[in-house]
Amino acid sequence: MKVKAKVKNNITTVRVLAKHPMETGRRVNKETGEKIPAKYIQELTCEHDGNVVFVAQFGTSVSQNPYLAFSFEGGKKGDALQLRWNDNTGDVEKKEAKIK
Amino acid sequence: MTVSRRKFLNLLTVGSTACLALLTPITSWAAWASDAFNATKVDDAFNNLLGSASTTESDEVKLKVPKIAENGGAVPVSVKTSMKDVESISIFVKDNPQPLTASFTIPAGTVADISTRIRLAQTSTVTAVIKAGGKLYSKSQEVKVTIGGCGG
Repeated sequence: MKVKAKVKNNITTVRVLAKHPMETGRRVNKETGEKIPAKYIQELTCEHDGNVVFVAQFGTSVSQNPYLAFSFEGGKKGDALQLRWNDNTGDVEKKEAKIK
Repeated sequence: MTVSRRKFLNLLTVGSTACLALLTPITSWAAWASDAFNATKVDDAFNNLLGSASTTESDEVKLKVPKIAENGGAVPVSVKTSMKDVESISIFVKDNPQPLTASFTIPAGTVADISTRIRLAQTSTVTAVIKAGGKLYSKSQEVKVTIGGCGG
């Protein structure tokens, strides 16, 4: 997961690029003819200073390696953001990013 | 060693309870709206997620999505609004196998302005729904897809 966060005029803009296959469960492996099991991010959250500032819930029709941009008020330069996603198979990735 | 029928049944019960105990945390810690995401009809997805399928068309909902997408696998979408008290932003793709694509919670202090990339299985109407002050506002636009995005 790549995270970039920048603050300007008291608004922090966060851009996230999560590395994930986002398998829908409907794709078929052409060599074996078997269905590729679903594997997709269900929830992505961002916390700042102990508060949840953003929650994204995804279904299967979000693109591979999901991209997300959002912004919130009140972040300061040097503050830490805690990001976390979990997928339908129980995999979790956490990432801490500093606001620039 | 012989296991009596009763003992065997007891073992089964203990085993399955342990399995359940192990499984519950995985399903319960995520507040993921599974019913809405698994719905295959737009109205069901709306009802499950937002409690209603009737929305007010509004130009205050700024939906930015290309009219023609060469690759349905990654269509950039942005939704923003200047409305107050925004609670959530959701994106629906009418003709996808599962119409609800993504839903974003907007707590107080977070700006109602999001961007992401979505998949379109085929040419379809994309609808952005904003819940503000307990009411639902929407904006739709058709996106023509020349190559499908769901590996079909």
